[in-house]
Amino acid sequence: MTPLSQRHEPQLAVHVEDLTVSYQSKPVLWDIDVNVPPGVLAAIVGPNGAGKSTLIKSILGLVKPTAGHIYIHGRPYREQRRRVGYVPQRSSVDWDFPTTARDVVTMGLYGKLGWLKRVGKREQQQAEDALELVGMQDFRHRQISQLSGGQQQRVFLARALVQDADVYFLDEPMAGVDATTERAIVNILRELRDQGKTLIVVHHDLQTVTSYFDWLMMLNVRAVAQGSVQDVYTADNLRAAYGGQIALLQSESFLQQLESPADTSADITPDASGVN
Amino acid sequence: MLLADYTIQTVIMGAVLLGISSGVLGSFAVLRQQSLLGDTLAHAALPGVCLGFLLAGSRNLGSLLGGALFTGTLAALMVMVLLRRSRLKTDAALGIVLSLFFAWGVVMLTFIQGRSNASQGGLDAFLFGQAAAILRSDLWVMGGITLLALALVTVFWKEFKLITFDPLFAGSLGLPVRALEALLTAMIALAVVIGLQMVGVVLMAAMIIAPAVAARQWTHRLEPMVVLSALFGATGGTVGALISATGRSLATGPLIILVMSVLVLVSLLASPERGILWDIWQRTRYRRSLKGKQVLTTLYQLSLKHHNHAYPSEQGMVDAYYGVGTEALLKQLAAQGLVARVQHMPEERSHWALTEAGRHEAERILRTLNQYDEHTLDTPLPVSS
Repeated sequence: MTPLSQRHEPQLAVHVEDLTVSYQSKPVLWDIDVNVPPGVLAAIVGPNGAGKSTLIKSILGLVKPTAGHIYIHGRPYREQRRRVGYVPQRSSVDWDFPTTARDVVTMGLYGKLGWLKRVGKREQQQAEDALELVGMQDFRHRQISQLSGGQQQRVFLARALVQDADVYFLDEPMAGVDATTERAIVNILRELRDQGKTLIVVHHDLQTVTSYFDWLMMLNVRAVAQGSVQDVYTADNLRAAYGGQIALLQSESFLQQLESPADTSADITPDASGVN
Repeated sequence: MLLADYTIQTVIMGAVLLGISSGVLGSFAVLRQQSLLGDTLAHAALPGVCLGFLLAGSRNLGSLLGGALFTGTLAALMVMVLLRRSRLKTDAALGIVLSLFFAWGVVMLTFIQGRSNASQGGLDAFLFGQAAAILRSDLWVMGGITLLALALVTVFWKEFKLITFDPLFAGSLGLPVRALEALLTAMIALAVVIGLQMVGVVLMAAMIIAPAVAARQWTHRLEPMVVLSALFGATGGTVGALISATGRSLATGPLIILVMSVLVLVSLLASPERGILWDIWQRTRYRRSLKGKQVLTTLYQLSLKHHNHAYPSEQGMVDAYYGVGTEALLKQLAAQGLVARVQHMPEERSHWALTEAGRHEAERILRTLNQYDEHTLDTPLPVSS
């Protein structure tokens, strides 16, 4: 093994080793390994309280892990900040904050701007270009509280776009948005993937996992399974991740339908099941 | 006259400085939903004032304010630890710390008063403030802290804005969110301490909250909000100080807060888009236009029934359908050119007929209603079959 200061698993966009996070001695994430290759559109799914948001937050250094190492393109996150973009949950901010859509998008450039520098014409233009990509150019001067949920989510996405990152983390970007926005977001995510960027999305809707994503991680405090969607999206894994709750999410016939084609469930990443 | 008076000049200058600093810093406190932090810090300053007095042995402003800053910081740290280590919510943590420190302060105050020390005089002025006790030399301290607050907010403008709006995203960019939050809290504590002499620990929170809340009503952007908040703070301070200087020996601090509250009240009521009156007006207007549309379609269906586009409906009949007078609504529709008052011999009572434009408008309304749901076609007259 190379020393920690050198590049570690540089062929992976995101590499997490033995990550454990606990809130007040209760483990939220337990001994997680994550390996995401570059250029995939990856979903993280799992039941409520599975630690999906916490996983993203600890990768981004927003939650202090009890144990574990995190690498983005082979280097610790601290050294790779400029290559990472983030879309927090829409509900995590107060949308009555006095500001405009364009102003929120320019916040994505604060990291590059650095201390003391002001937002100028160039940054505003960049923000407007990003708003155009998400179809929000007409709302750039709109007070953010006057935007619909879907529009607010698009503004958040535009803010991540101006970050011009290589690896994106998105926390439930499709939660509570209208169908048009959901389609627009998926199209943008696909376009970013086709440009070779890596996208890691906390997703709540199992119905759309197979059609939207090409990489999948199932999480329930432990990493249940991860890999390409067709390998991981199996009835066994869904039962393992969701337990009894799966009956509420999917009908049994749906699971049987999944089971019938072939036994693809053997292809789970070995690390994930060896945890106890 | 009034303004030439040395003491009044000092008080007004102090009030303006305090209004600016608490207005600017209060904007961030209010937006961070930490309005009560100012209240806790103010009450926590009381034991510090007493400590400073005991240590210095006299009423020396420097040691009093130093003590206030010390216990204020202690309280802020305590709130932070409670929030992080226990499951208490913010309001409960702030409330517990506030009452603990205030009780401690009042106990110390009575202890000092019981010692019947000659120099203890006026220590209880810190409870409700005593503006006249402010000295010219105090103004330098207040001015320095105000300048510091303005400089910090200017330098760290976009950082403060981001940690206020979206601390998670700020953290992902690598901003030292906790350090910046601590800096803001420390600045608020300083603003509170310089306000103690003027408005006292009990009312100081209003100096932090009121200008910001009033300013928020009038603007949609942070920059004008902060400027306006400083302006409201300074105005409230000046007007309050002037009223108290009219010579009826009314307390300055509470008067400043009263003036500020009037500003808040007016802003909450009358500001465009966010104001309560504006809201009511909008809703009334909407309801009226809805009622107007109903009346219009009623006239239209009456005319259909009579196979006469210009069928003059008697106003009494329309009134009867709605059970209320419709004269005002009809007049409004007439002003829009949708209906016209017509004579219908031999009757002399008012009759109304659709104009050409009114007929088209009624048809348009019915069409859109039908588009959504046939059952929403809720007009008093059944459509003739």
